[in-house]
Amino acid sequence: MRYIFEPGFFTSAPVHVALAVGTVIAITSAVVGVFTVIRGQSFAGHSLADIATTGGSGAFLVGVNQFWGFLAFGAGAAAFMEMIGVQRRRGRDVATGVVLGAALGLAALFLYLATQSSSTTGASFTILFGSIFVITTSTVPALIASALLALATVVVLARVLLLSSLSSDIAAARGVPVRAVGAAFLMALAVSVALSAVIIGAVLSTALLIGPAATALRLARSPVRAVVTAAVLGVLAVWIGIVLAYDSFYWPPAGRGWPVSFFVVTLVVVGYLLSLLRPRPPTATQDNHDPEHACSPA
Amino acid sequence: MFTGLMLNTWIAGTAVAVIAGVTGFFAVLRGSTFAAHAIPNGAFAGAAGATLLGFNPLAGLALFSVAGALGIAGLSRRARNDVATALTLVMMLGVGALFVSWSTEYAQEAYSLLFGEVFGVSSDEVLPILVLGVLSIVAIAVMFRPLLLSSALPEVAEARGVSARRMELAFLLVMALATSMTVPVVGALLMFSLMIGPSAAARSVTARPVLAMSLAVVLALVTVWTGIVVSYESNWPLGFLVGVMGAFFFLAGRAYAAIARSARDLQAPPAT
Repeated sequence: MRYIFEPGFFTSAPVHVALAVGTVIAITSAVVGVFTVIRGQSFAGHSLADIATTGGSGAFLVGVNQFWGFLAFGAGAAAFMEMIGVQRRRGRDVATGVVLGAALGLAALFLYLATQSSSTTGASFTILFGSIFVITTSTVPALIASALLALATVVVLARVLLLSSLSSDIAAARGVPVRAVGAAFLMALAVSVALSAVIIGAVLSTALLIGPAATALRLARSPVRAVVTAAVLGVLAVWIGIVLAYDSFYWPPAGRGWPVSFFVVTLVVVGYLLSLLRPRPPTATQDNHDPEHACSPA
Repeated sequence: MFTGLMLNTWIAGTAVAVIAGVTGFFAVLRGSTFAAHAIPNGAFAGAAGATLLGFNPLAGLALFSVAGALGIAGLSRRARNDVATALTLVMMLGVGALFVSWSTEYAQEAYSLLFGEVFGVSSDEVLPILVLGVLSIVAIAVMFRPLLLSSALPEVAEARGVSARRMELAFLLVMALATSMTVPVVGALLMFSLMIGPSAAARSVTARPVLAMSLAVVLALVTVWTGIVVSYESNWPLGFLVGVMGAFFFLAGRAYAAIARSARDLQAPPAT
């Protein structure tokens, strides 16, 4: 036991905060992620994380807590994507890409101006890759509240969301406001991605969003089971990742600890690759070529 | 503005714009925008690793962008394309984060790899950029027709014996090649904007492939040249102008298409 948990693991305050917040993030990302994968919106999910970095650097520039920058830019970009056509399958990736490109340009400017005034080049790095051990405790309530909001949105919308993801025509015929549901989901996605961007860094938050969800969709036979499996996998990846990162403090070559994000990503990807070894369940929950029937409703 | 190091900047910038226009056209046509983002972005990790081990960053970029292309193409056989791309991307970036954490004074270099350092192009960097650029243009030219067919009408292409899977892999490899030369100049994050913005704008103006591709190259050139002039004068990062002008061209192209459509509708009501 002592070899797995280095001395001080259970008494360290940063570790407590990291574990608590990491769990919330992992669950939210996994649940939102299942719908993201079913809807084929991985690119939007990743883009929103990258775009949130722009908000992060903007907030850094004006000296506001980065959390609010992440959130504001994520939500703004989601609204903009929705406006210029992210709701159509065709051309959706291009619309996402254009918004992402513009936001990255802004990020370059913000970071340039920030480094001009305070010469902290490390800032760009923290914003992109994040660090779970440096969460300021004051942001924890806001983090948890936003996570719950995103989670609640998805849970409330779950049924109509699933229906409109599988067949927007049937959903529309049954009176589901497909576009509004899509927009609401995109907002929930933006919030949850902004959250995980604060924690494991904007670039890598994609891992927690897509990895556990894609793995779970290969293993589980119903949407509900997929959501639960994804949440469990996500939480496990975060916990093991934190333990390993804490242990790695004395590992070669630098003696400064390996990044949490590296461990979490590796665990998530290895988990997915392992799930590929398993033959598909008889009622395929994920279809390779036809996103319209990506998940069969139970 | 046109002497010494700045000459290198102009040459490298022009090469980057041409290759971004050519490959970007296909990226937009095929809907591989996510791959166009993931390959340069993940290749950044390779440069970090090469710097750590004392190799030329270009070698690391090439290695990782090819690995990324193979990873995306390989995983796509078993999984949905966007999931495969996302997972390949995060794995490469995770390794990149590890490399960066091992080296001590990397932050500045990481910034310039992500956002580009167009004014730091040295004379011995120009030649590999040009060679790789010519190689990727030749590759695109050689497979122009089958690639176009496979991008626009995959079923018809399959029926004629053009394997969609093989075309996808070939295209991703060309993108990887293009990436390794462009990332040091415009940066991993903004290579992508340069590929997508002008090409998407060109596509909404015309449907004719060669014309759209030429227009994409012209728009990319205008973007890069304007960017170089403005950032030379103001010292603002080139990436900012590339990103914002790309979005501007896209919106302008969309507006033009909408106006042209409504003008057409007014002239001749659609015969349904």
